[in-house]
Amino acid sequence: MTAHAAAHGMVGGERAQGAVGVHTQKLGMWVFLVSEVMFFTALIGSYIILRWGTGAEWPEPRTVLAIPVTAVNTFILICSSVSMVKAYAAAVKDDQAGLKRWLLATVVGGATFVSVQAFEYHHLVEKGFLPGSGLFGATFYTMTGFHGFHVTCGVLSMIWVTIRAFRGKYAGGKFQGIETIGLYWHFVDLVWIILFTIVYLI
Amino acid sequence: MTAAGTALPGHLHVDDRSFVRKYVFSTDHKIIGIQFLFLSLFFLLVGGLLAMGIRWQLGFPGQPMPLGGWLPEGVAPGGVVSPKTYIGLVTMHGTFMIFFAVMPLLVGVFANYLIPLKIGAPDMAFPRLNMWSFWLMIPSGLLMLASLFVLGGMSVAGWTVYAPLSNSPDYTGVHLGQQLWCLSIVIFGASSLLGSVNYITTVINLRAPGMTWFRLPLSVWALFITAVLAILAVPVLAGAVIMLFFDQTIGTHFYLPAGGGQPLMWQHLFWFFGHPEVYILILPAMGIASDVIANGARKPIFGYASMVWAMIGIAFLGFIVWGHHMFQSGMNPTLASAFMVSTIVIAVPSAIKVFNWLGTMWRGSIHFTTPMLNAIAFVSMFIIGGLSGIFMASTPVDMYIHGTYFIVAHIHYVLFGGSLFAVYAGIYFWFPKMFGKQLDERLGKVHFALTFVFYNLTFFPMHILGLGGEMRRIYDPTVYEYLRPMQPINVFISVSAFALFLAQLVFAWNIVRTLARGKKADINPWRDCGLEWTVPSPPPHGNFETTPTVYHGPYEFSVPGAAQDYLPVNQPLPPVPEGRR
Amino acid sequence: MHWWFPGNASSVGGKVDSLFYVILYITGAVFVLVEATLVVFLVRYRKRSGRTATYVEGSTRAEIIWTAIPALILVTLALVSQPLWSKIKDADTYPRDAAHLGLEAKQFEWHVTYPGPDGKLGTDDDFLKRDSIHLVVNRDYVLELTARDVVHSLFIPAFRLKQDLVPGMTIRMWIRPTRTGTFEMACSELCGLGHYRMRGVVVVHTPQEYAAWLVSQGEASAADSAAASAATAVPTPPPTDGKGAQ
Repeated sequence: MTAHAAAHGMVGGERAQGAVGVHTQKLGMWVFLVSEVMFFTALIGSYIILRWGTGAEWPEPRTVLAIPVTAVNTFILICSSVSMVKAYAAAVKDDQAGLKRWLLATVVGGATFVSVQAFEYHHLVEKGFLPGSGLFGATFYTMTGFHGFHVTCGVLSMIWVTIRAFRGKYAGGKFQGIETIGLYWHFVDLVWIILFTIVYLI
Repeated sequence: MTAAGTALPGHLHVDDRSFVRKYVFSTDHKIIGIQFLFLSLFFLLVGGLLAMGIRWQLGFPGQPMPLGGWLPEGVAPGGVVSPKTYIGLVTMHGTFMIFFAVMPLLVGVFANYLIPLKIGAPDMAFPRLNMWSFWLMIPSGLLMLASLFVLGGMSVAGWTVYAPLSNSPDYTGVHLGQQLWCLSIVIFGASSLLGSVNYITTVINLRAPGMTWFRLPLSVWALFITAVLAILAVPVLAGAVIMLFFDQTIGTHFYLPAGGGQPLMWQHLFWFFGHPEVYILILPAMGIASDVIANGARKPIFGYASMVWAMIGIAFLGFIVWGHHMFQSGMNPTLASAFMVSTIVIAVPSAIKVFNWLGTMWRGSIHFTTPMLNAIAFVSMFIIGGLSGIFMASTPVDMYIHGTYFIVAHIHYVLFGGSLFAVYAGIYFWFPKMFGKQLDERLGKVHFALTFVFYNLTFFPMHILGLGGEMRRIYDPTVYEYLRPMQPINVFISVSAFALFLAQLVFAWNIVRTLARGKKADINPWRDCGLEWTVPSPPPHGNFETTPTVYHGPYEFSVPGAAQDYLPVNQPLPPVPEGRR
Repeated sequence: MHWWFPGNASSVGGKVDSLFYVILYITGAVFVLVEATLVVFLVRYRKRSGRTATYVEGSTRAEIIWTAIPALILVTLALVSQPLWSKIKDADTYPRDAAHLGLEAKQFEWHVTYPGPDGKLGTDDDFLKRDSIHLVVNRDYVLELTARDVVHSLFIPAFRLKQDLVPGMTIRMWIRPTRTGTFEMACSELCGLGHYRMRGVVVVHTPQEYAAWLVSQGEASAADSAAASAATAVPTPPPTDGKGAQ
């Protein structure tokens, strides 16, 4: 470990690559994501306990929720993850036009997802399905709501990153920011796939 | 939430930051540490004042409190603490002390101040997030303070805010107070999270050349492990509290059995956070005490590697013992037995640490400086707190002492006798580095002696009360016939507690006086080996002129063949080191 | 002057106490030993002129010894505790012929339901008492614990027994009184503003006394049941304890 630390020349304040060879920003994002995992674990764990741990009556999800719409929405979110990968690949190749194009696609995908979710909420509330509508309502709105909040934050950050990309801030190999936000984006996607499975499908 | 990209600070040789950037919205880890110091000392005072109210009522139930006449009629009619106010005091004392005093004192102050200096980094990995971590504590603290004064009164559900008591105003009449409590804790969680991401990333990535993992000072190890615990535990608390908040505000029924919810789920979630939290509150104290004891005994720490592994073991086991807070909660008795075993196992690494501190003092040359005295007090009080914990680990004995003053005694032996003495040790030890001035040693020793004596007089008799069967959180113990004979103990405890509170004024006076006209501190007043003692007191922005190189472990005291009894880590060991790292 | 455990009055109390004393003696010995060592070190190895600290980094053997010994003692403690715990809290091990009583906690009262002459709960002849449990000495009982509003905890110090009552759950708790007399019981889980006065009594009778008491309940019980259900219809604590008293 000594040699390792010493091998990375840490001169002055320039230690972005760090003692373990991972970019500090990326490492920070990973650590942050660990805490996010724990946050969603608390919510999903509570859902599992309330639904399967107590023998409570639980409505069939498809009698309440519009599964096909959300399935399409899930597909859109997954597509936005693909475009995120494309954006990163473009950044690595220093293909600035590609980077901008794929970042925009990601923003559009994420924004669409949030909009469809808002539409879904509106529809459900009109039908009388509220957070107070039993444990299903409570867990549904809490879990999907916090996920939606995360996507919204992601979209806002993604817009910021896109603006920076249009200003050429990621040119010339300085694309760490793209990888960092990409990590967050993929994480939020992954959480959604879990939520879609256990809340909508099962 | 965003890609948290901030440029690492280079070395600023000319510090041209404005006053606001330098001292208010500062991104310098040292300023942030000092900001945390004053904020958490303020909350320590608030928590202490609330405790005085509790002790007045318990020692002299139903009698008008001195100055109680100044309080509004609704809070203290005729100057007498009302039952509602009493439980409010109990709740807020616990809340302020745990979340706003001891945790920020240990983590906010020492992790911020020490980590970059001790590992040879110019600042934290994400200085701007670090600033946010402090500035989120302000709204969090303000909301909690505001909750004391809102309509309906402050939270009266205890610091553990057990559901469903905390869920609905139907049970207590409290609504806004409890909601503000929840909001404050969620913001607190965000602050703690930003700090922890920073500490972890910084320790992993910003260590100076030669500062290998097993050359890290134990304080840094402890703070690093603590940050890992916080990353894993605090989000669970946030999730649980958010669900509680929804129960109160938007009509969900997570914890309300009327709607199918589970009261025990709150307890599981809370203690899944709560037990790691206990270690969040003690591990940094262990780290600080280790640094100070090695320095005070002028010896390397005994069994450095096992000290590290013991802390890692405690952290890991800390996540599988939460059920021991719930032995009598109605959980499955077989599950409780499993928790008993894991709890018993976690006592072993704590024992290792105690013996290793003793081993460090063995054949040392012990200098009784104020920091060392406080660190020794930490060890001896932690022994008591640790041993009294064994009674609770045994499920049948816990059945009797659970929820009694025995538990209150135990938690105060660990949190005050343990954590707070270590905090004092740390403040006395690093104050010269923080402010460039040395706290008065004589006043420090007076403060230590008074605190040590009155602390024990206050909390030791609580063990007896608990064994006599006195419940905690009881407004008036004299309601029970079997508790009445023990009332003289309560009077004694209360008087000692008042004296303990007053003794802390010596500390406050020492700080004020030293800051005003204290003795200037040298670069290295304690003749310590750490990197922080190789830079001026206080260190400049950016900490190090040139990146230091580390040659050996952090506790090279009294090395045979060395010219002086300590070897700073940036100086190579003398020749002829047979088989040492 | 009573500054220690209240006198034991239940079948498990003695065993809990013995276990407590075992732990007390072990931890007491460890306490004295470790603190005395600390003091001796502080005196013996204090800073003196002409003496320097000895450079020692550790000793694997010493560390193994002081890891193994506590581990051994602690594991033994767990093994000793386990059977007693199962006996007290594991509902499968409770005596079959135990009489069942219902105990419901609400803010800030204990409602005890007696099975009445037919010996069965949930029948018409059940009757209800507030804040007092009447038992026959040396008989097994299983209390069926429920809570109406928030979490409470049944604490009978003289029996060394404690068990939370959780709304939405029915928890069974076995007790066997071994001494006649009147013993206080308390709530030991913060349950609201009147938590401190949620006091009750456990009255342990001889069989003869109990029979006489049962007869006297014939007339009184109807009134008490009515009063109790009336009181619970409006679950409002007295205003002195501040529900909405702000």
